[in-house]
Amino acid sequence: MEEIITGLTFYLFAAVTIASAIMVVGSRNAVHSVLFLILAFFTCSALFVLRGAEFVAMILVIVYVGAVAVLFLFVVMMLHVGENRLFQGVRRFGVVGVLVGLAVAAELIIVISTRAFRQDTPAVASNPTTADLNVTEALGQILYTDYFLLFQMSGLVLLVAMIGAITLTLRQRDGVKKQSIPQQIERKREDAVALRKVESGKGIG
Amino acid sequence: MEVAESYLPILIFMVLATVLAIVMAGIPLLVAPKRPDSEKLSAYECGFEAFDDSRGRFDVRFYLVAILFIIFDLEVAFLFPWAVSLREIGLFGFWSMMIFLTILTVGFIYEWKKGALEWE
Repeated sequence: MEEIITGLTFYLFAAVTIASAIMVVGSRNAVHSVLFLILAFFTCSALFVLRGAEFVAMILVIVYVGAVAVLFLFVVMMLHVGENRLFQGVRRFGVVGVLVGLAVAAELIIVISTRAFRQDTPAVASNPTTADLNVTEALGQILYTDYFLLFQMSGLVLLVAMIGAITLTLRQRDGVKKQSIPQQIERKREDAVALRKVESGKGIG
Repeated sequence: MEVAESYLPILIFMVLATVLAIVMAGIPLLVAPKRPDSEKLSAYECGFEAFDDSRGRFDVRFYLVAILFIIFDLEVAFLFPWAVSLREIGLFGFWSMMIFLTILTVGFIYEWKKGALEWE
């Protein structure tokens, strides 16, 4: 019974993933494409849960749905991709696109069918056994110590991304009046107010 | 398999939500009276004609905020397995994370000083 339910949910989510991935490429409206991409992310995370990889599933939802999809929406809004411009190059680039897609698919199939993805390789066997650990613990036990260098490099990549985003998109706008609290506090009464004796009928010359 | 098993309530919840959504969207299609005319079907914006296309351009500064959010989102994502297995990985694991956090704090101070967090 349990196997039937997991099998059925797997095929359901897999079918939805493939269908929404096709709709990402095929939909006429760029915003709809992004929404279908979000659906594909969600169903992928459900597939990860079915496989037992809880942590990856949650990260997929948090990072990809919560942040990357929002970025995609911003890009769509910024580039102003109209519905009529979206399919302009299909006739010219369609063949190349299909060829590139086939090449990537072939590469993926070759890589997955090699020894590196099998469960009984020495590299898999030397790692702490994941049978009695959940994914988060198994990940935490090797990520910060065994893969110290790669972990710090990921931190540096994030730093570079941060600085790059700031230098690319940050521009100070001219003529904006900002509040400067130190300047406000430093200000003396003499700088701002002057008392004058005004004689009647003459005014301040 | 026991991980997938513990998600059974969520699966039931999702199935119920989907069925309920379909039912609630489907019943009006079947039973509600439909007498459309051009006024009913036209876009309505507080009594005015729609001024503009809703696909307006976004300011690039929203993009900056979103990227900075992603970066710190990832930083937090790295903290979860670390917190779970801190007892096993010991002092080396602890300081490994501290170096990682220091690198990102450098970036945080940079963006703060640059004024990237301010909204003029």
